[in-house]
Amino acid sequence: MLWNALLLALREIRRNVLRSVLTTLGIVIGVAAVITMVTIGGGATAQVTQQIASLGTNLLIIRPGQRLGMGQRGIAPPFKLEDAVAIAREIPSIAAVAPSASQSATAITGNANWSTAAYGVDNRYLAVRNLTIQEGRPFSDGDLRAGRAVCILGATVRKELFGTQNPLGSNIRLGKISCQVIGLLEAKGQSTMGRDQDDIILLPLRTFQRRIAGNQEISLIQVSVREGIATEKAQADLEQLMRERRRIGPGEDDDFQVRDMKEVAQMLTGTTRILTSLLGAVAAVSLLVGGIGIMNIMLVSVTERTREIGIRLAIGALEREVLLQFLVEAVVLSSFGGVAGILLAMVASLGMSRLLEVPFILNPGIIVLAFFFSAAVGVIFGFFPARKAARLDPIEALRHE
Amino acid sequence: MSGAPPSPPPLIRLTGVTKIYGHGQASMAALRGIDLDIGEGEFVAVMGPSGSGKSTCMNILGCLDTPTRGSYLFRGVSVEDLGRNQRAMLRRHYLGFVFQGFNLLNRTSALENVELPLIYRGLPAGQRRAAARKALAAVGLSDWEGHTPGELSGGQQQRVAIARAIVTEPAVLFADEPTGNLDTARSREIMELLTTLNREHGLTVVMVTHEPDMALYAKRTVHFVDGKVAADTNGEGG
Ligand SMILES: Nc1ncnc2c1ncn2[C@@H]1O[C@H](COP(=O)(O)OP(=O)(O)OP(=O)(O)O)[C@@H](O)[C@H]1O
Ligand SMILES: [Mg+2]
Repeated sequence: MLWNALLLALREIRRNVLRSVLTTLGIVIGVAAVITMVTIGGGATAQVTQQIASLGTNLLIIRPGQRLGMGQRGIAPPFKLEDAVAIAREIPSIAAVAPSASQSATAITGNANWSTAAYGVDNRYLAVRNLTIQEGRPFSDGDLRAGRAVCILGATVRKELFGTQNPLGSNIRLGKISCQVIGLLEAKGQSTMGRDQDDIILLPLRTFQRRIAGNQEISLIQVSVREGIATEKAQADLEQLMRERRRIGPGEDDDFQVRDMKEVAQMLTGTTRILTSLLGAVAAVSLLVGGIGIMNIMLVSVTERTREIGIRLAIGALEREVLLQFLVEAVVLSSFGGVAGILLAMVASLGMSRLLEVPFILNPGIIVLAFFFSAAVGVIFGFFPARKAARLDPIEALRHE
Repeated sequence: MSGAPPSPPPLIRLTGVTKIYGHGQASMAALRGIDLDIGEGEFVAVMGPSGSGKSTCMNILGCLDTPTRGSYLFRGVSVEDLGRNQRAMLRRHYLGFVFQGFNLLNRTSALENVELPLIYRGLPAGQRRAAARKALAAVGLSDWEGHTPGELSGGQQQRVAIARAIVTEPAVLFADEPTGNLDTARSREIMELLTTLNREHGLTVVMVTHEPDMALYAKRTVHFVDGKVAADTNGEGG
């Protein structure tokens, strides 16, 4: 009986090429759209996650000024170097403390100038930010203690000022001072926020404070937490210590803020996840549209097919034989369309992930889901109108106009 | 069947068969109490004016439609008491039907159309094909087996429909104006074919026709007027 149904179903498919192609096309497009969008979305999420991991999730950032809302800070006294020293001394759960100060500055060589950001740091800053010296050397103790005029260039600054030449040993002008290039950083690329992480010049903190900023302020303290210790614990200790040092009475608000990079990471992951679900929703709509397309074709062909069902019943087909044939037809078309859709999605998402430079990560769950959804649509709309017709008296099915 | 009736029950017995279309005010009776016996091996012509209920009666006889009232016994079995599947089995194994309007599958070759009832009978492909070719040869369409209904004339389509009805070697053939679309020569060929099947294979034939010439092939003529049997004449056949 199944064999007969298969024979009859394949004959019907072959006889109605256009109808079969249109039905299949609806499924192909629906399935391909969903899989492609979810794959691209998943790739983007993975990329962001990877960037976050390179940022370090055991990082706490302390800035002066209280938190007033999205990205705003109030005015508050800046930190001093002693604050950083105290943190390193008093909080055992902290592995490294990197105080830094920064301001924008224009770097000038003989024939080029470039507006960038100058940072006063020490070598711990490199560790905390995961920066690597590609060529040259980090700051020496002497550089740091004496506040020598030396600098380390990010890849963008190097390219803008020196092009393909080797800058090591050359001097650049930075504001009022001339400093010697002693090291070059490995390129890091764009941050998740789209900022160029290579557009920086690092100077010894003391050099920066004395000769560029002209004050003793520290604008930012970055702290890395020891492996295996909860950042929440370190954050609480930090807040406690800073409140004491800045003499904030009980009940008063902090005039500084501590940010846990893990939270930032979570926020970013959350954002990309929302983006992915949005893409998924768009894709689901296209799947639905595809489904409606299938439904329409199936319903439009019902007139002709009702007469066909009448003929089959009149010559002695059983209701269940007719239904089995229609079911097989729908299953064959839908699964063919589903497989074609999956293949198309592979090609499309591979191409798009190349184009958008996101990793190509297939999600088997969505492939299965898309396939079965479209198959279900095909089967439901292929099957139920047929069932209605197959329950009629043969003469009524034959008279159907 | 119990008891010991002197004669076996007829192949077909209609008693008080009534068919009413529509409801209430708009209802109209197409059949108003048909009593009709048809014996095994008969060749019956059904005649009557247009709208007298011939097709309606044939559809009921062919188990394609159900009467509003009355009883239909087929070989002593009450058709009203059969389920849908049993009625389908009755059509599959015992009844052949030729429609006034052909009712062939579109875009389907003549051969495949004729094969169709045999697929449902579960015949293997080889036998199926051979039987279908034989039936097509019997209606003179051997050279047209690859043509679809759209590529055949009305008469040719009618002959495909006849081939499809006789390919299963049914007990009865119901034919609703099988020669309605054919010229006289072709009509005679079809009538000869039906006569042969009737004489040599014992096929019972019930045929609607408007042409008295064609009715002459039948041994018995039933006249319908206004949903009733008006006359039932026997022994005119030749
Ligand atoms: N599906 C239907 N719904 C309503 N009325 C119908 C239906 N089928 C047939 N009739 C009516 O029943 C009556 C008998 O119709 P039927 O088709 O049996 O006539 P007929 O004798 O076969 O006519 P013809 O010789 O023209 O084929 C007609 O008046 C027709 O209008
Ligand atoms: Mg009629």
